Amino acid sequence: MANPNGIGASVRRREDQRFLTGRGNYTDDFKRLNMTHAVHVRSPYAHARILGIDASGALAMPGVVAVLTGADMEADKVGSLPCGWQIHSKDGSPMKEPPHYPLARDRVRYVGDAVAVVIAETREQARDAAEAVVVDYEELPAAATSTRAIDGSAPLVHDDAPGNVCYDWHLGDKAAVDAAFAQATHVATIDLVNQRLVPNAMEPRAALGEYDPSNGEYTLTTTSQNPHVTRLLMGAFVLGIPEHKLRVVAPDVGGGFGSKIFHYGEEAVVTWAARKVGRPVKWTADRSESFLTDAHGRDHVSHAEMAMDADGNFLALRVSTLANLGAYLSTFAPSIPTYLYATLLAGQYKTPAIYAEVKAVFTHTAPVDAYRGAGRPEACYLIERLVDVAAGVVGLDKTEIRRRNFVPAEAMPYQTPVALQYDTGDFAKNLDIALPLVDYDGFRQRRADSRARGKLRGIGFATYIEACGIAPSNVAGALGARAGLYECAEVRFHPTGSVTVFTGAHSHGQGHETTFAQIVAERFGIPIENVEIVHGDTNKIPFGMGTYGSRSLAVGGSALVKAMDKVERKAKKIAAHMLEAAETDIEVKDGRFTVAGTDKSLGIGDIALQAYVPHNFPLDELEPGLDEQAFYDPKNFTYPNGCHVCEVEIDPDTGVTTIVNFAAVDDFGRVINPLIVEGQVHGGLVQGIGQALFENCVYDEESGQLVTGSYMDYCMPRADDVPSFTVRYHEDQPCTHNPLGVKGCGEAGTIGAAAAVINAVVDALSDYGVTHMDMPATPEKVWRVIREATPAMAAE
Amino acid sequence: MYAFTYQRPKSLADAAAAIQAEEAKLLGGGQTLLPTLKQRLAQPSDLIDLGGIAELKGIREADGGLEIGAFARHAEVAHSDLVKRVIPALASLAEGIGDRQVRNMGTLGGSIANADPSADYPSAVVALKAAVTTDRRTIAGDDFFTGMFETALEPGEIIKSVRFARPDKAAYAKFRNPASRYAIVGVFVARFGGEVRVAVTGAAGSVFRAEAFESALAADFRADALNGLSVEADGLNADIHASAEYRAHLVTVMAKRAVAAAG
Repeated sequence: MANPNGIGASVRRREDQRFLTGRGNYTDDFKRLNMTHAVHVRSPYAHARILGIDASGALAMPGVVAVLTGADMEADKVGSLPCGWQIHSKDGSPMKEPPHYPLARDRVRYVGDAVAVVIAETREQARDAAEAVVVDYEELPAAATSTRAIDGSAPLVHDDAPGNVCYDWHLGDKAAVDAAFAQATHVATIDLVNQRLVPNAMEPRAALGEYDPSNGEYTLTTTSQNPHVTRLLMGAFVLGIPEHKLRVVAPDVGGGFGSKIFHYGEEAVVTWAARKVGRPVKWTADRSESFLTDAHGRDHVSHAEMAMDADGNFLALRVSTLANLGAYLSTFAPSIPTYLYATLLAGQYKTPAIYAEVKAVFTHTAPVDAYRGAGRPEACYLIERLVDVAAGVVGLDKTEIRRRNFVPAEAMPYQTPVALQYDTGDFAKNLDIALPLVDYDGFRQRRADSRARGKLRGIGFATYIEACGIAPSNVAGALGARAGLYECAEVRFHPTGSVTVFTGAHSHGQGHETTFAQIVAERFGIPIENVEIVHGDTNKIPFGMGTYGSRSLAVGGSALVKAMDKVERKAKKIAAHMLEAAETDIEVKDGRFTVAGTDKSLGIGDIALQAYVPHNFPLDELEPGLDEQAFYDPKNFTYPNGCHVCEVEIDPDTGVTTIVNFAAVDDFGRVINPLIVEGQVHGGLVQGIGQALFENCVYDEESGQLVTGSYMDYCMPRADDVPSFTVRYHEDQPCTHNPLGVKGCGEAGTIGAAAAVINAVVDALSDYGVTHMDMPATPEKVWRVIREATPAMAAE
Repeated sequence: MYAFTYQRPKSLADAAAAIQAEEAKLLGGGQTLLPTLKQRLAQPSDLIDLGGIAELKGIREADGGLEIGAFARHAEVAHSDLVKRVIPALASLAEGIGDRQVRNMGTLGGSIANADPSADYPSAVVALKAAVTTDRRTIAGDDFFTGMFETALEPGEIIKSVRFARPDKAAYAKFRNPASRYAIVGVFVARFGGEVRVAVTGAAGSVFRAEAFESALAADFRADALNGLSVEADGLNADIHASAEYRAHLVTVMAKRAVAAAG
């Protein structure tokens, strides 16, 4: 009998009970005896020299314990925040990697750059005193945008990065691309901006540092997506604390979207300061600090060209991108506009030749790093916008040009010209499922009906493929990663048959406590209530690389399967002993161990008990206990893919775009929990729609001040901005190289949605000669293009 | 926020006495003041919470119109059967302010005393020929708003209630800021017999009447009567959400929609 809470069941999230009743345990909820509170003094300037810091007034204020600066850190030999990925430029030179100190030493390089930390008895006292720290700044001119940063006259963010260039990188066969363009009948071109976004996790970042002088152990409790990585980076590179003396705990974390992957300066500051002041130190960002200092996402300026033959077959793609990395290199920043972006430029198409150049630059803005999708939404947006333009150039229907150029399912596995090898995918099938969902045949009539009501209607398609489940460690290493990207799991049966699973993946909204438990319940035929999932603590979990890039199930789930395999192998030996049968005669199904052809059998619980009370146990051959650990290093990336279709209606009087229908058809491989998957898709779509229509992180070009520093100006999508989504998936193309056949679903919605929405908006405006509109498609922007195309309409 | 002394007087007289303290501030629903305090952008010595004063509460029919207490919360106005019956456009305006949390806390008196150029209520005060009664006098709605975040209120003067005249027809049409949900442009149109008032909020530093619109509508109360009419973009607000030119365009669009909704 199938396990009611096993694989494929829409089990309600077990963790929601505590989240919905206010019993979650977030970093800011932790209180320690004698705990102090830290508030950072931050630069009000985008670029300035620090001439001096006078903390005397602050130190005299009530409750102030200490005021610490970059000079104090330097005196203690605190290092720079390390970068986890090295890119080499076209000429073979390594990227510029200027130091990034947790507290600035002589210069500040963006508004919000930390200059000092005030530690006091209460948070309010620390805030009061932070205002009293007098920093003598010499304000310097700033370069707040990537185009300004490379214009030749811009002030340098780092003296050792000439022209503000971090690296100038490329991928693909330039000669083949040039040759194809020379032969092309048609060329489609586009210039576009993928605007900067602020991640906006619901829980602001927070960190609590503790030091125990009795044993020299440090503990950092922090809002992290990958506590082991933080332990390694902060311990080895910043503070010089060996792993066995440093515990990093990432308890309940309220969303990350990538922004909590990275090791941030505040984590090092509170850990270091805890020893310095001899008391626990807690820092929690307020929302304004989150806007200023969480690593931002996207921020590309690109030019792209597609060469085609007379029939609209893609011959070659040429892409040039300027990527803004902000003031300092965040942990994985260099990899995002390179190996997570340009390698995806084939998309779902069999374009035979691709060449991409990416110039990454420093600016006087917050660091930019992975944000949900991380490079892949930028790739998808560029390709899918360009394909729509190409359809117009050739005169093909937007579905037909896609269909004509899809990599056919029978061509799998398919080697792209940009390094990746897709394992499975049936792109035409995704489109075939999507078209009736949106009644594509009826669109012309709906468009006519809208027109009769004075409205403009458009439909937009986006097909996407992403590389998830990062990554084969040797591949990542060859590409510049300074870490392995495997995952670890431990499956510990207890004597009475219940199970604790320790996973290196981290859940901060993904529902692992449910999904991972379903996999264990299914495998061993036990109730889901008997399975506990533990994550987020370096003292409990053997090791882990954490959660990002839709990798938890594909990599962490595979490690879990490997650990379960080991448990089962050992259990089988124990069962053979207990049943007095040969091991080869034991059949295993759903946690039941049966002597073939007999009714003699044991449940996993019977075996667990014997493993811990080994009175009838093969002690000569086996150790007691039933507790196995496994590491899994993926053989390839996984390739979730799908087709998103958006239909919009535009009010030409105001320029307001309303999404009237949205369908997403996804291939995530095998699905463990359809309910959670659907939730992930919904959330992802809303974030993609947010970028397409609402969100925009704006810095003032002159001053480098963050203009959109609060929800009054930074527009988040809300429930009433989106329709009820139509979400479908199929499981016909499971991943071929991991044991669960899973591909990952965490980022898909975000990757496809923005392109689908903008393609729909541009389609709606096509009568006005519009072929592109940069995001976000705000009402004023839409109104302007309509008005400029038809002056008579504005006057009416 | 910085430390302050919290006071909650029981009567208007006690509040009037308390507000005399040098750096004291009146607290209505706190939907602007509290975020300001949290961001440390204000440092009052005392907060005088008006929530305990019965004289500031309630919604009554008066002179054929409505008298609404200064402490009436937006949600109360939005859901009041009396308001829905006498001036439905006012209930609908209140229902569109901010979000549910803001409407459950924010008050009429707080909104107009703050005189945010993007607030919704100022348009109703002007369009509905309101009279603002304070602990000292009555101020005509037309004279109440004097500039951006400026009113005719004297230091320490406390709003008691606002009387709104009952129009024959009225509607409020708002183009909201998608981020803050304040009005980028809000237009309140009210018709009283042969007189029409068109009050515009959000577009400029303070609420204003679109007189050309008013005379056109007085002659012909149909949306099409506004064809070809627009307000001057010069001097209107401009920010990252909307240029002055776009705001000027939206004033006509929203005015037409209000007229159409007023029926």
